Amino acid sequence: MKYQVQENCLTIFLPNEIDHHNAEELKRESDHLIERNHIRYVIFDFQDTDFMDSSGIGVIMGRYKRVFMLGGEVCAVHVGERMKKILTMSGVTKIMQIYEEDH
Amino acid sequence: MENTNEMQVIFESRSSNESFARVTVAAFMTSLNPTVEEVSDVKTAVSEAVTNAIIHGYENEVHNIYIRCRTEGKTLFLEIKDEGKGIEDISQAMEPLFTSKPELERSGMGFSFMEAFMDKLEVISEPGQGTVVKMEKTIGKGRRIWTTQSL
Repeated sequence: MKYQVQENCLTIFLPNEIDHHNAEELKRESDHLIERNHIRYVIFDFQDTDFMDSSGIGVIMGRYKRVFMLGGEVCAVHVGERMKKILTMSGVTKIMQIYEEDH
Repeated sequence: MENTNEMQVIFESRSSNESFARVTVAAFMTSLNPTVEEVSDVKTAVSEAVTNAIIHGYENEVHNIYIRCRTEGKTLFLEIKDEGKGIEDISQAMEPLFTSKPELERSGMGFSFMEAFMDKLEVISEPGQGTVVKMEKTIGKGRRIWTTQSL
């Protein structure tokens, strides 16, 4: 898993597939980084991701709860068609903005 | 029947086998000539059912998970079975966002995803007897046959 910390912002470069198997690792590692670096903003980068099940939704919801308490936010970038469908269907887009363009 | 096919796999309920399970089913269904979208739908549904068997059915103990796949014409029939602890209240388990293990920070969307991505979903379960998830999806539904314009 690849992560990048810039001030109070954590970017998670999500793997090719997100399921229960690697969601556990994602949760553990990102929570550790969030705590240690006083992270407020979490960016989920879907560039390399073409499979995700509801375990991935759990990862997003959990991180959202964590940073929301501290007044932070989560967002998603590089979201392909398939991932957009999954995110929209789950309703997680109500708490997470999807940014279409690079920034 | 001529145009039927069937396969079964039995594997241990380890989370590393989740990708094996969905890729195997995806490979089996290629004979139906599905779109990328349809393959993704089935993979997601398989992943959800297998994850449920591992986390809820067997509560992370290692036992066997059984997948039975059948094609009949353009329809894929899937059965994913565990011999774990079973579900007490199936309709509650199938409610969106319901989870019996909130401490695991899971979304509670497993059955909703299976329902959304497949045409049919049936859950058979008895406490102490295990669970069978039966799903069905017809491939190429609503796809128009491509015809050339006559000259």
